[in-house]
Amino acid sequence: MPQIKPGARLRSAVCATEVMVVAVPKDAEVELSCGGAPMLDVGAEPTGDPPSPDFAGGTQLGKRYVDEAGTFEVLCTKPGDGSLSAAGAALTIKGAKPLPASD
Amino acid sequence: MNVMMLLDMARSGHGDRVALVSGGERLTYAELFAAAGRGAALLRDSGARHAALLDESSPALPVLLFASSWAGMPFVPLNYRLAAGELDALLARVEPAHLVRGAEGRRNFLLHALGDAETTQAEWGMDPDEIAVLLFTSGTTGPPKAALLRHQHLVSYILGSVEFGAAGEDEATLVSVPPYHIAGIASILSSVYAGRRLVQLPAFDADAWLHLARNEAVTHAFVVPTMLARIIDALGDARDAELPRLRALAYGGGKMPQPVIERAMRLLPNTDFTNAYGLTETSSTISVLTPDDHREAAASEDPALRRRLVSVGQPLPLVEVEIRDEDGKPAPCGARGEIHVRGEQVSGEYLGGGSQLLADGFFPTRDAGSLDEAGYLFLDGRIDDVIVRGGENMSPGEIEDVLLAHPAVADCAVIGVPDEQWGEAVAAVVVPRHEVDPNAQRDELRDQLREWVRERLRSSRVPERIEFRDELPYNETGKLLRRVVREQLAAST
Repeated sequence: MPQIKPGARLRSAVCATEVMVVAVPKDAEVELSCGGAPMLDVGAEPTGDPPSPDFAGGTQLGKRYVDEAGTFEVLCTKPGDGSLSAAGAALTIKGAKPLPASD
Repeated sequence: MNVMMLLDMARSGHGDRVALVSGGERLTYAELFAAAGRGAALLRDSGARHAALLDESSPALPVLLFASSWAGMPFVPLNYRLAAGELDALLARVEPAHLVRGAEGRRNFLLHALGDAETTQAEWGMDPDEIAVLLFTSGTTGPPKAALLRHQHLVSYILGSVEFGAAGEDEATLVSVPPYHIAGIASILSSVYAGRRLVQLPAFDADAWLHLARNEAVTHAFVVPTMLARIIDALGDARDAELPRLRALAYGGGKMPQPVIERAMRLLPNTDFTNAYGLTETSSTISVLTPDDHREAAASEDPALRRRLVSVGQPLPLVEVEIRDEDGKPAPCGARGEIHVRGEQVSGEYLGGGSQLLADGFFPTRDAGSLDEAGYLFLDGRIDDVIVRGGENMSPGEIEDVLLAHPAVADCAVIGVPDEQWGEAVAAVVVPRHEVDPNAQRDELRDQLREWVRERLRSSRVPERIEFRDELPYNETGKLLRRVVREQLAAST
């Protein structure tokens, strides 16, 4: 299991998805999965297996995904066919807070 | 983390969109990415440790910014208005540097980066602590400080303030601040991540700005207050002056005079105005006065609400702002104190000077200001009395030193005075060594002193106003009371 801390980059074992960790709850063990399989360090080789049908909704480039508590957050830097989950619970897309362009 | 990650995502998400318009040149995000790869190979082969740009805005600016991040070396945009001696001193601090200098350097660099040269085979580093950008600030005393921004600061700023790919295909932002201004750097990263076409105006001129805004169907823009004053002067009250496509106009980098923003809102009623406050050391914007804030304040009869038109708004969601007094304690609501800021985008670090963050993570900005009951931030000059003229920060001490070297000057104080055109103008109060007769002799000495400063510093440093006094106000410990000088000058206007 790769280390999950802000800035860490992970890849899916079963699809093209890559994420960067944005926020992690303090002192919490997070097991992040994509397509139902634990995510790997970005440099690791994927298994080549397909995503689990239960976690095959796909990821979208540039979206942020959060857990139910909103304390764990990742940014999708490469999209894929699997969908993200932490400890078995699906992550959801975080709503964007619109800010005016300032530069 | 690396700012290259932002460009890589843009290339994947909207690679075929036009990323940059500069003169006749157009680059898509995919082309910008490829150019950065060729630029990175060039930088790696050069043996340099920094990539410096001494030039006005051109396609070389974003290409070199990303190329240096890819190659793992800090990008150093330099002020091309500096005198030769000042520039050499700065360059000596970033040696060995690969310098792209002037029109010829730009041409050569772009021939390589936009040609068919080999792209780098190496991946960019993802160490968030690597230095992305070095920007020389004017500093308050002594030589300019090199503020350093690490990848984590710039990436945090973008992730915290911009939604990926949120810009519509028609959106274009017009940028006319120079490359060595933090807004010039931040605008590249923001627009790449949002997918908003960046339109460069290398040398600001109000008519050129209006021409480009109309020709390129510009929807967004960032200007410093001095530019906005000139734009609305050029717009005049003519009906054909409208900019129907200009949806959003952000401004910052200096104090906005209330008459200027009020007139701008009247002339462009369909444009959203945003006041953005930030520092080089905070990776650009930390607080914004939103378009709704502008409209509410302008429509209000309540003086307290109306005054918000000259506030810099409220902090960004991931940024904390506090006002602290001279003892470092939180200042009460409405009281003037030093603005402190904390957040992941805040660097507060200088090359060779270490981190200036306090133990609690707050950065003392040296800017003075106050917060109202609703948390709106009002700026009130600099703790160190730096003069901000047309977005350019200048140290009074630098000008005072030059004036004091003149044989006819016994003592002097230089301060900034409010100026509708420049935000602030340079004023000098001089104690002559010998009595100077009124009128003719005084005017003669004024001319001499202006020429004296012009020969030794940049023309922007030449005092617009020079007054003569028998003595300057000092406190008991010999400290010049600039506040009293300022009051005396205001009283004699």
